[in-house]
Amino acid sequence: MSTQPDHSQNRPGERCSTATEAALLEQVCEALHEARPLQIQGGNSKAFLGRQIQADPLDTRSHQGIVNYDPTELVITVRAGTPLKQLEAILAEQGQVLGCEPPHLGDNATVGGMVATGLSGPRRPWSGSVRDFVLGTKVITGHGKLLRFGGEVMKNVAGYDLSRLMAGSFGCLGLLTEVSMKVLPKPRHERHLVLSCDQSTALQRLTEWAQLPLPITAACHYQDQLYLRLEGGEASVQHFADSLNGTALDPVFWQQLKEQQLPFFQNPKPLWRLSLPAHAGQLEPSDDCLIDWGGAQRWLKTDLPETQLRDIASQLGGHATCFTAGVTAQPFQPLPPLLMRYHQQLKAQLDPKGIFNPGRMYSDY
Amino acid sequence: MNILYDERLDGPLPTPDRTALLHKLSIRVPDLQILHTEEALKPYECDGLAAYRTLPLLVVLPETIEQVQRIMQTCHELNVPVVARGAGTGLSGGALPLQQGVLLVMAKFNRILEVNPQGRFARVQPGVRNLAISEASVAHGLYYAPDPSSQIACSIGGNVAENAGGVHCLKYGLTVHNLISIEIVTVEGERMTLGNDALDAPGFDLMALFTGSEGMLGIVVEVKVKLLPKPQVARVLMASFDDVEKAGLAVGSIIAAGIIPGGLEMMDNLAIRAAEDFIHAGYPVDAEAILLCELDGVESDVDEETARVREVLEKSGAIAVQIAQDEAERQRFWAGRKNAFPAVGRISPDYYCMDGTIPRRELPGVLKGIAQLSEKYGLRVANVFHAGDGNMHPLILFDADQPNGLETAEALGGEILELCVRVGGTITGEHGVGREKINQMCAQFNDDELELFHAVKAAFDPKRLLNPGKNIPTLNRCAEFGAMHIHRGELPFPELERF
Repeated sequence: MSTQPDHSQNRPGERCSTATEAALLEQVCEALHEARPLQIQGGNSKAFLGRQIQADPLDTRSHQGIVNYDPTELVITVRAGTPLKQLEAILAEQGQVLGCEPPHLGDNATVGGMVATGLSGPRRPWSGSVRDFVLGTKVITGHGKLLRFGGEVMKNVAGYDLSRLMAGSFGCLGLLTEVSMKVLPKPRHERHLVLSCDQSTALQRLTEWAQLPLPITAACHYQDQLYLRLEGGEASVQHFADSLNGTALDPVFWQQLKEQQLPFFQNPKPLWRLSLPAHAGQLEPSDDCLIDWGGAQRWLKTDLPETQLRDIASQLGGHATCFTAGVTAQPFQPLPPLLMRYHQQLKAQLDPKGIFNPGRMYSDY
Repeated sequence: MNILYDERLDGPLPTPDRTALLHKLSIRVPDLQILHTEEALKPYECDGLAAYRTLPLLVVLPETIEQVQRIMQTCHELNVPVVARGAGTGLSGGALPLQQGVLLVMAKFNRILEVNPQGRFARVQPGVRNLAISEASVAHGLYYAPDPSSQIACSIGGNVAENAGGVHCLKYGLTVHNLISIEIVTVEGERMTLGNDALDAPGFDLMALFTGSEGMLGIVVEVKVKLLPKPQVARVLMASFDDVEKAGLAVGSIIAAGIIPGGLEMMDNLAIRAAEDFIHAGYPVDAEAILLCELDGVESDVDEETARVREVLEKSGAIAVQIAQDEAERQRFWAGRKNAFPAVGRISPDYYCMDGTIPRRELPGVLKGIAQLSEKYGLRVANVFHAGDGNMHPLILFDADQPNGLETAEALGGEILELCVRVGGTITGEHGVGREKINQMCAQFNDDELELFHAVKAAFDPKRLLNPGKNIPTLNRCAEFGAMHIHRGELPFPELERF
């Protein structure tokens, strides 16, 4: 239940619900007072991603636990320091899942890190991204206040959508303390298949299938093999599976894909992620390339120059991110100058002293 | 409190020199259609919230993005507020003009630029009607999912500005979930793209921030939407209940059974009777509540789910469950629901539609609270409810010709919204804040939260020229609203149970 706001006085901790949240607020206030930048961290499972920065660490993991979960509402509210494993286990007990299928990329991944990095798993194109499932947040701002945005309801258009803005902002706009996510029932029936098929044919078939109401919820291609996950009602899954002439696949494949544990990821070359329109077709040159998201996410193990990868991605309407630390000073695709100006202005308004993860996304803010 | 712009509460507005502005616009944007006579401005004095009207300073009807850029540059230079308007169907006064501002009407941007079946997207101008996108995609077996009730008339630019919903949101999401990218003209007249052609874009998710920002951060000049494969079949079940609470619990039981219906709607007795009198949909007029549950997808799955939902409904105490036998009956079942607003319009001189959203479990308590408030104010309330996603549309029946008719309805509406906030809900699920709910924003957010919203605004529009006075109240307004509201430290109607 929300607290009724009080307009007669300003109390920075009005929204605080626990001592751990109050402690986080205090740490931020001290840092603000000293104009001392902070590096927000949970389990550090995704610390390799983005620019590496030097700042005082602020650990969120003391602030954990489920705040509210009513399976029939399809909503869970959870503290940012909660281990992602724990959240997923609690949902599984009720036959529910996070629709964005977030990668952990380490044993200690937290809910806060999932939202801050905004990374989604193989189900993304069919089900939605982390951002799509965020309904509400509590955030400690660069003004030293703990505030609540959005809520636990599916539809909410009161005020600006700051909750979804937090997803993928790499902690640069504030410290997330709590998030409410929409959750989904686990699909009733599933089949996992692998088909022999070259890359060009696979991409073509995926483009055709995308235009039909089919029960596909994951599609990956690597080295002349097309891997498919089918989920839904028993009859529709069965019917489509029968039409494919594939062989059964161990479902652990999807876990290994999501967690970057397939042999492909062992290649010592730098790992690049190209986010592209699914129908973009085959890439030229086609280095070692693993296709996920039905064509919309291409992983490359390559020594190609950064500029070339960025050009390929942007010409196709997408962008490139380097997933290997230390390869480039700028892992994310540079922004056009005008867009960067508005990013800086937004950062300056929400974090005027620049204490939250400065430089983590771009050197400009 | 009157909701028209009040400089004392909403902040000072520039007072533009109309003649100088007209002159400059005619030089800078030579082929621009400008309306400036009173009779030409009159049709634009309000949007779907027709109780409030203001004649704009000027109306401009650009046809190209370059014209929009030059209009914005000129207005920015001369300090002229700009209110953008799509089809004008919004129910919260988001496009209510300002006497001291230009009304930027995007109606001429009505072309569908591209429908791409391989990429499953449509690229459209902002004035294109919501339904027109699905109509243009049907030949490819695709459609655009968000379907606000006004979809035959409302424009996609307005849908983006309001983050419009509809009856299929629980399964298919809101506008924000169905966008690929948007083109924006900033307050200074620059053009930028938010999002790209892929499933994500580098940097902050400004597309999510702009969606639902009610024209306060920039002007939407082009939209690329995601298209979905049309479900093979859709089937509707109608369940009648002798008790509203049982109907509410049945909704939770359907979800608990692992089923996400395409649509799940509830109507109470007053709404059922009004709709039945108007549409003859075959609704049971003696029922206290009905649930309409639509299941869509592949035929075999839909058959399976229909059987499961039927069982759940019967176990939940439904007195009757009917399955639409053919497409005509399905359409008839929906027609009653989709025409519930005009149907209620036939049994009352005026009605006022609310848009609060609550966690579904709170439904019985909130309905009880609404009934108490209805009695208190002496006004009938018909309840129509997107039950699947908790979005309520109580319709307050009143007569504007009665002394204080509108004021009483608004006071009742305000209390309903505050009740929604108290149970953990929100004052608006899909209609937007606009001017209509500007005071209730003070009940949902505290001063610090409102300040942060103003900071976001300042990042994109530091001179407050884009749609000033909408969406986010000033702290002055909230202070006055709070003082009026909590009289001598007492909440109004202290005898009412607070949930």
